[in-house]
Amino acid sequence: MTVFTTPTSELVIPDPRTPWRNPRKALVSNATTAGFSVVIAILLYTLTGLDGLLGWYASFILGLLVVVAVQSVLQKSKHFTDRIASIMVTVGFASVLIPWISLITTVIQRGRHAIYVGFFTHDMLVNSMDEPLNMGGISHAIVGTLIIVGISTLIAAPLGIIAAIYIVEINGKAARTVRFLTQAMSGVPSIVAGLFIYSTVVITITHKNNALAGALALSVLMLPTVARTSEEVLKVVPRDIRDSSYALGATQLRTTFKVVLPTVRSGLITATILGIARVAGETAPLLLTSQYFVKMNTSIFTSPMASLPTYVFGALRTGTELSLARAWGGSFVLISIVVLLSVTARLLSGRSTGRK
Amino acid sequence: MSDTEVSPRALKVSRGTSDKVFRGFVLAGASFSVAVLGLICAFLLFRGFEIFKDFGFSFFTSSRWEAAADDGSSPAHYGVAAMLVGSIVVATIAVVLAVPFAMSVALYLEYYAPQKLKRLLVSLLDLVASIPSVIWGIWGYTILMPHAMGWSKTLNSWLGWIPLFKVPVPIFERSPFIAGTLLAMMILPIITAVTREVYSQAPRDQIDAAYGLGSTKWGAIKTVVLPFGKSGLVGGTMLGLGRALGETIAVYLVLNLVFKVNFHILASVGGNVASMIASRFGEAGPYELKALMAAGLVLFLLTLTVNFMASAIVNRSKKAA
Repeated sequence: MTVFTTPTSELVIPDPRTPWRNPRKALVSNATTAGFSVVIAILLYTLTGLDGLLGWYASFILGLLVVVAVQSVLQKSKHFTDRIASIMVTVGFASVLIPWISLITTVIQRGRHAIYVGFFTHDMLVNSMDEPLNMGGISHAIVGTLIIVGISTLIAAPLGIIAAIYIVEINGKAARTVRFLTQAMSGVPSIVAGLFIYSTVVITITHKNNALAGALALSVLMLPTVARTSEEVLKVVPRDIRDSSYALGATQLRTTFKVVLPTVRSGLITATILGIARVAGETAPLLLTSQYFVKMNTSIFTSPMASLPTYVFGALRTGTELSLARAWGGSFVLISIVVLLSVTARLLSGRSTGRK
Repeated sequence: MSDTEVSPRALKVSRGTSDKVFRGFVLAGASFSVAVLGLICAFLLFRGFEIFKDFGFSFFTSSRWEAAADDGSSPAHYGVAAMLVGSIVVATIAVVLAVPFAMSVALYLEYYAPQKLKRLLVSLLDLVASIPSVIWGIWGYTILMPHAMGWSKTLNSWLGWIPLFKVPVPIFERSPFIAGTLLAMMILPIITAVTREVYSQAPRDQIDAAYGLGSTKWGAIKTVVLPFGKSGLVGGTMLGLGRALGETIAVYLVLNLVFKVNFHILASVGGNVASMIASRFGEAGPYELKALMAAGLVLFLLTLTVNFMASAIVNRSKKAA
């Protein structure tokens, strides 16, 4: 028989806590922590070789860590651990934003110098990369990217959607294997896709670098993205409407094409756009397949073709100040296209299937 | 009560011709897509077979990568040891740096961020995930590298006595550390995406139960969310590792390609298989091309293994949810 004893010395009844609200007491204590951290940060900043805004940030974080560590030793309570944790999580998150903001602002700031009207209408046939920025442009690269990505979409989007239909609609014996392998396929390094198409299409069939090879390489990379997103979209379709269709005597073929696919049309478009956004900026496979060409060129079989990523890469490798500015200009256009595609995809998907 | 068990009669499905054709067609399409994986393997092996035959196991253990001399005085020799080691070193740095941040971003988005901010931040994360690697590369080269060189010097002056941070020649440019830092930023979105999804599926009732027992928010996260999301985190990390191993252009721009096994991560000596292929491809003769195909096969199998493991882990963690 166990005898239960009540603690007689002191019965502590804690205040009811409101974990969802930031209490005033915590605010004061947060301010103390921040104050001490600033002091230590100033010390660190002057003593060590840290410099610039980033140096201030780093020394503040270091100071914060020191203060929090000292406080946690002095004051061992779970509420304190909780505060440390939320500080760490928030700091971790804030630190991640720094490179993102830096990248986006740098691309805009430096890219805008290279951009003028002719940037979108000229190619580089008569100009070299390190000529002044009011000559030459990227029209050939934009057209090239449109052609290459367009062809690869024509190949990869139907195949990806078919793979998704197999996984969700037909759900045959191999469905799990197909699903697993498409997942694994999304991890194929882009350079390997380029090597593969080079070793099959370029060496054996066309014997020269051309846009078609580039498009094929990109479609290898695009297919898994389309397949996976389409699969998610198809899964959202309620079973009931399929069953109703079957009950009316429709075949699976008609059910798929007349009932299921129309329901998720915008979802499938989203999947395709996400696939395009995935590959539009790929450089490595294009270096091996479609390479770069200075002139506007619409032949997909006979000669290399420029594309935005290879333009940026080429300008970067030229290595002069002006060519670097061109590279930033190209990056600006490229990133705008990719961001525009992603935002479109997101808006579409938010409207159609109500996915998170 | 009788022992007779009543079980549903097995349904016999008879499909019409149109359905048979349709199902056959879809199966063919799906198999074709998946067969690409096999084709990649087969073709790279076919093209690179001569290299494996000529150099055998030394292709993996030697780090010399030399074309034959024009006068025939020295034969060609190809080995990927240095590049393999380089790939793993750079990818490991990336993962080590990225995982703590990815965890805190995932936790912040799921449990700390204000609801209104959360949607915006998730879209931002998706946007960052779609930034092309060549743009990461140009940013890494012009903006990150000057900063990272400063960090390298600080690290070296304080921790230089550890072999890992030793620098034989005081050049801090284009080092594995810088490449790893850049890759960490590039793979963070994918690790975060997977981790966040699993964290968001953590059982709400258990979290509420933890609160009900007087736990703090961190207490609830530590006892419910983190154990629940462990395999998701591991899976996401493996996916990120796969990405980092196969990254080409960004690494090409910020890492100095030297065919030498190097563990001094701050020194300007390194390389990875993918960027080596990109940089040698332009000037490679027929025989070196075969060696590049062989190196591509090695890279392919390496990343495929990592990805297989990753998707197995992620699938398992999703099933458990």
